[in-house]
Amino acid sequence: MASYFRRTKNTCAGFDFLHLRYYFLRYYFVTLPIIFTHMNSRSFVAIDDINKAEMLDLLDRAKYFEEHPNSKILDGRVVATLFFEPSTRTRLSFETAVNRLGGRVIGFSDASTSSTSKGETLKDTIKMVANYADIIVMRHFLEGAARYATEVTEVPVVNAGDGANQHPSQTMLDLYSILKTQGRLDGLTITMVGDLKYGRTVHSLLMALRFFKPVFNFVSSPELAMPEEYLEVCRREGIEFHCHTDFSQDVINSSDILYMTRVQRERFSDAMEYEKVKNLYTLRNAMLADSKPTLRILHPLPRVNEIDRDVDDNPKAYYFEQARNGVFARQAILTRALGIDPRKS
Amino acid sequence: MTTDKKELAVAALRNGTVIDHIPSDALFRAVRILGIEGMETSVTIGNNLTSERFGKKGIIKVADVEFPEDVLNRIAIIAPTAMVNIIRDYEVVEKRHVSLPDTLVGIVRCGNPKCITNHEPMATRFDVVDRNAIAIRCHYCGHSTTGTDAEIIQ
Repeated sequence: MASYFRRTKNTCAGFDFLHLRYYFLRYYFVTLPIIFTHMNSRSFVAIDDINKAEMLDLLDRAKYFEEHPNSKILDGRVVATLFFEPSTRTRLSFETAVNRLGGRVIGFSDASTSSTSKGETLKDTIKMVANYADIIVMRHFLEGAARYATEVTEVPVVNAGDGANQHPSQTMLDLYSILKTQGRLDGLTITMVGDLKYGRTVHSLLMALRFFKPVFNFVSSPELAMPEEYLEVCRREGIEFHCHTDFSQDVINSSDILYMTRVQRERFSDAMEYEKVKNLYTLRNAMLADSKPTLRILHPLPRVNEIDRDVDDNPKAYYFEQARNGVFARQAILTRALGIDPRKS
Repeated sequence: MTTDKKELAVAALRNGTVIDHIPSDALFRAVRILGIEGMETSVTIGNNLTSERFGKKGIIKVADVEFPEDVLNRIAIIAPTAMVNIIRDYEVVEKRHVSLPDTLVGIVRCGNPKCITNHEPMATRFDVVDRNAIAIRCHYCGHSTTGTDAEIIQ
């Protein structure tokens, strides 16, 4: 200790070079290795994992991939798609994204064909697959499964849906669809309709849009209203919002985006209540007569009866193209997770 | 020590731990968390004792045992007001409040039946989101609960 004090007195004009050297050495030999060994920070489990800048970077990548959908930048890479719960739409979208970039896909589309059916733990399945693949895309029926997977492997994990919890690639494709159709994300009036209580897509979209000063209209029956914790997010962020039980003409006419969701029968404890509510929030073509010319209708699909078939031919119906944007959004997510920047190659 | 016939005297601890100011309704959960039931040393548990601060309180005295700090801090989830006294040779050598950690690992069971932690052999993990209300949130599935409603893992 005494020698330490003697040495620190040899400073120049009160400036402590020894300490400075210590901090440099610590940065290069301690901090940087920690950053590089935690490559799993590129995993994408929840929309809250990324900040506004990262979100904009993903949207910029998606735009790039829309302009250049086919390339070989994933040549030699192996992507595992582990679908412990079947979801054909999401799986095909991810696999298309990989195939168009020249990568190869391994995996399963149903847990009954994996060792899970033999009682293998999720940890063991993930550790095994991590030996083979450069990245794991997983969907699981249990909530928190993807977060846990990131803790047992260094291979980046992309969450393709974990129960009713998170589905961030859906949110990115929704955001990209909004950006593409409106030309901007800032200051839009977004109307969310249907099941706002259990619908994870609306919750994640709300969290993502909180960066962009939106005005929200929440249209639902009282049983399926937006949960208080999300209203609290809006209040905290100073976001204007209005809750409606009536899917009125005024609400539709003021909207830039109508985000429709499916009201599921199993959400209601009372079957009569479902029968009363199910047709209250159905969008019909006639209701769009005085809407903004730039209005676009989004839906995460599959739809049942919340959007009448007569809306499909209206140019404001965007839900089928929206699914197409999913490939670009997923190409963006995959390349970010792998640390590849397509715009620089 | 003199013994009044109307009062049951509880011998002062020579060595050990006294946990005081436990809310009465949390006392027996605190006993479970500390694993006192399986202990061999003498244990005194008092409940519904008069307290100036809370009206009623519980107290636990365990002879010849000093609990690790992280074990004592587990009590903070259900009894944030609890006070720990470490006794050595009849003297209080340390007196402090229990303190709620930022994360609770392996202490609380997640109330969401679809949470991964209820299906995998793994430790649960909760983040404390509000210290005053003792609101905690599952790190995996996002399920929120409060300290008073939380199911404690034995």
